[in-house]
Amino acid sequence: MKVLVLGVTHRTANVEIREKLAFNGPKLEEGIFGLRKIPEVREAAVLSTCNRVELYTCVNNTSAAADHIKDFLSSLHGMPRQEFEKSLFVHNGEDAIRHVFRVSSSLDSMVVGEPQILGQIKDAFDFALGKKTTGVLLNKLMKKAISTAKRVRTETRIAENAVSISFAAVELAKKIFTDLGGKSFMLLGAGEMAELAARHLMNNGVQDVMVVNRTYERGCELAREFNGKPVKFEDFLHELVHTDIIICSTGAPTYVLQKDQMHKVMKERRNRPVFIIDISVPRNIDPEINKLDNVYLYDVDDLQEVVDTNIHGRKIEAERAEKIIDEEVGKFLRWMSSLDSVPTIISLRQKAEEIKAEEIGKLKSRVPDLDEEKMKAVEYMATAIINKLIHPPTVALKEDTEDRDELIATIKKLYGINGEED
Amino acid sequence: MGVEIYLFELALTFYFAASIVCVLELFKSTKTSSTIMLSLAVVGFLFHTSNIVARYVISGHIPIANLHEASSFFAWCIVLIFLFLEYRYKIGLLGSFIMPIVFLVMLSSSILPRKMEPLSPVLQSYWLGIHTVLAFVGDAAFAMAFGIGIMYLLQEHYVKSKHLGGLFQRLPSLQILDEINYRLITIGFPLLTLAIITGALWAESAWGSYWRWDPKEVWSLITWFIYAVVLHVRLIAGWRGKRAAILSILGFCVVLFTFFGVNFILKSKHVF
Repeated sequence: MKVLVLGVTHRTANVEIREKLAFNGPKLEEGIFGLRKIPEVREAAVLSTCNRVELYTCVNNTSAAADHIKDFLSSLHGMPRQEFEKSLFVHNGEDAIRHVFRVSSSLDSMVVGEPQILGQIKDAFDFALGKKTTGVLLNKLMKKAISTAKRVRTETRIAENAVSISFAAVELAKKIFTDLGGKSFMLLGAGEMAELAARHLMNNGVQDVMVVNRTYERGCELAREFNGKPVKFEDFLHELVHTDIIICSTGAPTYVLQKDQMHKVMKERRNRPVFIIDISVPRNIDPEINKLDNVYLYDVDDLQEVVDTNIHGRKIEAERAEKIIDEEVGKFLRWMSSLDSVPTIISLRQKAEEIKAEEIGKLKSRVPDLDEEKMKAVEYMATAIINKLIHPPTVALKEDTEDRDELIATIKKLYGINGEED
Repeated sequence: MGVEIYLFELALTFYFAASIVCVLELFKSTKTSSTIMLSLAVVGFLFHTSNIVARYVISGHIPIANLHEASSFFAWCIVLIFLFLEYRYKIGLLGSFIMPIVFLVMLSSSILPRKMEPLSPVLQSYWLGIHTVLAFVGDAAFAMAFGIGIMYLLQEHYVKSKHLGGLFQRLPSLQILDEINYRLITIGFPLLTLAIITGALWAESAWGSYWRWDPKEVWSLITWFIYAVVLHVRLIAGWRGKRAAILSILGFCVVLFTFFGVNFILKSKHVF
């Protein structure tokens, strides 16, 4: 039995192909059962997200299975093979295991370290589990994929720093204010990036929102959207006294907020800290304002720099993560090889011999006057018993049946033989 | 002489170990390392507490009667507040800025003469306990405000300069640091005030006058003025954040001078 992983990712295929191959809604169930019907496929699970479609399978003949799976994909999605075959990646054995661990640990993600992928893998696996299309091998693989991802998360800093401008803004806000819940926020102007950052702030608990716009009507419109209060442009300076976080993106050609104005505002605020994010290009807020005490001004370049440093940091952490993954792949391979029948037969015999030796030892101490000849007879009998007892499982293990992996796992469990540690 | 000496050495050793872990935590901290640090500090604190109790039992009076005992008690109060803050706020890296101070105070305590002598008649008064405990709990709050102030300045520097490397991720937010700093001073200041008042009452009953311009008294008054200014400008002019942090750092330097400096450099009627 081998692990075979096949599919498309944002690296191998463009979005048109990924869309066509996606397992959406009812297709997921249809697909997962269809996969299991392929004769070489013993276990199957499907992961389908916007960045990747991956089929996780356990097969007994990789090339034949891969071939059949491609045919199956083509018929399921009504797409000729040549249309997607070039975009497909195929991994088997060790490579496949490594691939699964890298995906779950978010090393293969578009934004390395993003946390969603682990949840998606869990869901995909739970779905397959519910449909009973997985077995010993895939169950273990998925369990290990999840624990490896957690190890990577805790032992490296791969997911620690924000890698988008709006997240970086929220991260900074949290280091200036403890709890964003009670803070008031002003959106000065409009624009896609400003609105996105505003939404992130609100997702993090900011409730008291003011919206300022040159055209009051547009301001009212946006205020409704954000559940906030519209403020006339002429009045925004007064409102600054009550504002803790400002996102500015007005498109004005000059500064709308000067240092001496802000200085007065700070006096009125009794120096309560203010975090200002100036997304506008050209800048709308006098950069000198950052020199005032308790005012923290970041423009779009500052935030971009934060993001760049974080991305660089993640790359370094990713290298450490690869080492953890190598380790975990090694462990998994050892566990797989322990599933082979030969070592199981050997340990089964060893276990039986141990029991024999132990019981004979007990007998000797309990009946010390047993002479050598009688002792030999007893030993002979003991050997005969263990041989008879372990014969049927040994024969079963030697047979090359479909469910041999299950059988090996079962026998190990029944006889208390330990495989690779969990 | 006996068991209390060993208890002191044990406390010192555990504080030393905790400080080492604390300093290492500046480079890399994990859940385990924080647990280890905290356990070491707690064990050290228990030994330290037993040491103080033992000295009380042996001498029969509150063991704050010479400079060794006083600085040891001072360190004990700092650890007490530290453990409370750690329990209440769980703010990252606090130990790294506090435990080394505790260790240094303990170290200076350990090199001072430890002999327990009968109390001089002047000290034989219930004012001894009241005056010294008030003074040292207050000073410990200021020590904590000092550590928090340094953390604030560091974090402020990261945010202001826009270089978010180093300890930025692990240091707590500016707001919480400023808040705790303020609270500590609002605790320390009234205690210091009461310590000065009780000291004056005691001086009246022992020496016959409330105020004698003794260097210790003068420097305590200077300390009192500094913290009064810290609170005043905060309430009136809204001086918070960086300026408050700098003032609380300065304030603690004066506290240290009042405590150690006056005894070694200036002559004082105070035993410590």
